[in-house]
Amino acid sequence: MKLNNLTIKKAMQGLKDRQYSSVELVTACLDQIRMRNQNLNAFITVCEDKALEQAKQADVLIKDGQDLPLLGIPIAAKDIFSTKGVKTTAASKVLDSYIPPYDATVISKLKNAGAVIVGKTNLDAWAHGSSGENSDFGAVKNPWNEEYVPGGSSSGSAVSVTSGMALAATGTDTGGSIRLPASFTNIVGLKPTYGRVSRYGIIAMASSLDCVGHFTKTVEDSALFLNVTAGKDSFDATTPPEIVPDYLKSLPNGINGLRIGVPKEYIEGIEPEIFNNFKSSLKILGKLGAEIINISLPNTEYGIAVYYIIQPAEVSSNLARFDGIRYGNDRASFGNEAKRRIMLGTFTLSVGYYDAYYKKAMKVRTLIIQDFENAYKKVDAIVSPVSPTVVWKIGEKVNDPLKMYLSDVLTVNCNLAGIPGLSVPSGFIQGLPVGIQFLGPKFSEELLFRIGHTFEQETRFFEKTPYEL
Amino acid sequence: MYSMKIDVLHIAKLASLPLKDDQIQKYEEQLLEILEYIEKLKKVNTDKVHETSQVTNLENVTREDSTAPSLSPDQALTNTKSQQNGSFKVKAILEQ
Repeated sequence: MKLNNLTIKKAMQGLKDRQYSSVELVTACLDQIRMRNQNLNAFITVCEDKALEQAKQADVLIKDGQDLPLLGIPIAAKDIFSTKGVKTTAASKVLDSYIPPYDATVISKLKNAGAVIVGKTNLDAWAHGSSGENSDFGAVKNPWNEEYVPGGSSSGSAVSVTSGMALAATGTDTGGSIRLPASFTNIVGLKPTYGRVSRYGIIAMASSLDCVGHFTKTVEDSALFLNVTAGKDSFDATTPPEIVPDYLKSLPNGINGLRIGVPKEYIEGIEPEIFNNFKSSLKILGKLGAEIINISLPNTEYGIAVYYIIQPAEVSSNLARFDGIRYGNDRASFGNEAKRRIMLGTFTLSVGYYDAYYKKAMKVRTLIIQDFENAYKKVDAIVSPVSPTVVWKIGEKVNDPLKMYLSDVLTVNCNLAGIPGLSVPSGFIQGLPVGIQFLGPKFSEELLFRIGHTFEQETRFFEKTPYEL
Repeated sequence: MYSMKIDVLHIAKLASLPLKDDQIQKYEEQLLEILEYIEKLKKVNTDKVHETSQVTNLENVTREDSTAPSLSPDQALTNTKSQQNGSFKVKAILEQ
């Protein structure tokens, strides 16, 4: 197997056993970027020199017998994470030459854990989008078929991992922006509990919804990565003091006897191929010992409406700081989607409309949270498809914002409730990847990893890559 | 076609967004379509429901009022196009 297609777990072992160096591992990823990025457009900035320098340092530490959780591992960061001395654009022309003077907390944690950052990945500008097409730096393409979208908004991060340009990548999930692209590219995507991972230094989209997560090839790698990034941060007051367990610990425990709920509202109206794929996944979960229970989350249908009030309202407020004075370009540089969301939020927050829209949405949000709380009295976790449709072609939804927004119908409620979600590959439909998501109560990441790992070890879809091994 | 109206130019002014003439009508149609979709929330009875503005259950998060290293003025100014005497320089907002 090529070095750049390894999992973190295997690569760590190989580095430890001196089968190869971090420089060789990082070089394999940089070579793949050089070969594929022109077509895929996954990276906005490639940090070749810095990455090789970090890899050399990692090799010295490995020789010294240092034991850090990601020592020498090449990773990519979504270009919405502030990186000291490295351009951070949020894929918007507003920030096309912005160089942050500090690192996001997650970036500091990853560097301290020994990770090597190979570059900054493309995204829907400001993380506004479900397809990767809203980037001011051009659309990202799906390596499984370049005529198709890779999902968004963390499009470049997902593509970098599935195509072997990095072993893992960071992402943000405000309404599905990690889980959707993970499911469209056959990799694992984690949206942690709100507040589990610090948001400090990540360019804010919608502050009550933004979650910081990541992409990996396997669930085990995802757990390993969260071990590094999770925890309280004095720079982000929304990170609770909740203990961070060792997320790897309970992976081998299996799922025998677990009660997994299937919300009927999540399978109404999904495409038949998606439904068939989901049914086979349920069969496998049953075979592995889980009890599948039909449940109802009655307010599901209001999720997108609530989300498209709260999210643009918070967007309009967060993007108000971009005035072109202290950093970045002026407000004329905002792209179409950012302008659309700023105006939608400005409208729903304006005098005379606040009660009818924002206040109402905050109340229905409570009902959506209560739906989940009631469900978790009957089941341990919930499973559903990630996307109601198969992957779509580039250009198919760009002129119809509402249609694009509805792509997130199965993912947004998890963000509104602040609960964790784990997207895991569940097979292929006409050669294009599809995924399922596991949702659990707040701070149940350990349980979700256990379910995801058990499912993945049985199905082994992660072993397929878009290019020959 | 839509039951409501939206004054895109007024909203754009509130949000300080310069729009091109050809964008105004397109935005009006798209925003109205989204607002029409959102109308479905009117069906939900929320009489006795409280509002959720955040999901952490944390309140009044405080810390020791102590000093720690932070950005120097020079570092804070690295991305500005216009500075004077170690400060950001902005256009006057009041006439003399």
